[in-house]
Amino acid sequence: MNVFVIVGKDDNPIYQAAFISQPKGSTELCHLHQFLIHAALDCTDEQVWTTNSLFLRAVDFFHEMHTSAYVTPGHCRFMMLHDQPKIEDNLKNFFLEAHELYLKVILNPFYEPNTPITSPAFDAKIRALGKKYLS
Amino acid sequence: MANFARSGEMAFLKADKINSEIFSLTYGAMVAQIMKDYEDIEEVNRQLDRMGQNIGSRLIDELFAKTGIPVSSNFMETAEVIAKVGFKMFLGITANVVNPTPQQYSLTFRDNPMVDFVELPDNCANLRYCNLLCGVIRGALEQVQIKVECHFVRDMLRGDETNEIQVRFLEQVRESALDQSFA
Repeated sequence: MNVFVIVGKDDNPIYQAAFISQPKGSTELCHLHQFLIHAALDCTDEQVWTTNSLFLRAVDFFHEMHTSAYVTPGHCRFMMLHDQPKIEDNLKNFFLEAHELYLKVILNPFYEPNTPITSPAFDAKIRALGKKYLS
Repeated sequence: MANFARSGEMAFLKADKINSEIFSLTYGAMVAQIMKDYEDIEEVNRQLDRMGQNIGSRLIDELFAKTGIPVSSNFMETAEVIAKVGFKMFLGITANVVNPTPQQYSLTFRDNPMVDFVELPDNCANLRYCNLLCGVIRGALEQVQIKVECHFVRDMLRGDETNEIQVRFLEQVRESALDQSFA
């Protein structure tokens, strides 16, 4: 189970993708995931100044759920909620490639920065990345 | 044919260059701004075409001055000059001339530095993002007394496998007509 969310610099969610192996989780579970990621934002903002690297590893825990974060220089946060503590290396690669895809999106003249990303191509590529690194 | 390609290459080597990202981002920002200003896609296409026309009527002088190609008002001959010299000199790419007839020809090309990073949103499916190019061709040919109609028939941004600009011959403007207007 992995949930990936991109949070804009004004704390607004701009993209979300869930990589869930079992058939559709209940809405209640989805709400819990969003809640956990929301809670982890504060921890991210604290830790972002303690290191030079963009990848912050796991910033928050709740039972078996870990939240890892990656903060772009423009303070856009990539959050990943997952339950496999051993996939940090894969996560790092996932974030690096997601960052590259995100750059392509913000270079598109028709995309307004800090607004939801609706590009289907971006969505498809992120999902492919999820398959590659997280399953 | 080969010497057009060569003069295009030479002119390209001599010309000052800018970073292609600066170029495509500037053009993108301009198109996005025009879209905000006019709100109507057809009007945006028209504006891009008009801007292109102004650019083209200036660029053609530079093309003739820097390459030394003899000025010709033959419609068929313009195809190769635009495809191999014009495109190479100003965009760094070459186009292919397809189906040339005395009435019309098509220019096809795949690489286009203007569309780096661009992905059209769903609500502007009718936008001809590179309509500026059509205007440039029209404006340039107008300066050599050839009136043409020029439009995109295939566009890679809209999912076609290549870009194709169709150029259709309308009329040869006679110099005498100009003289009369001054009389």
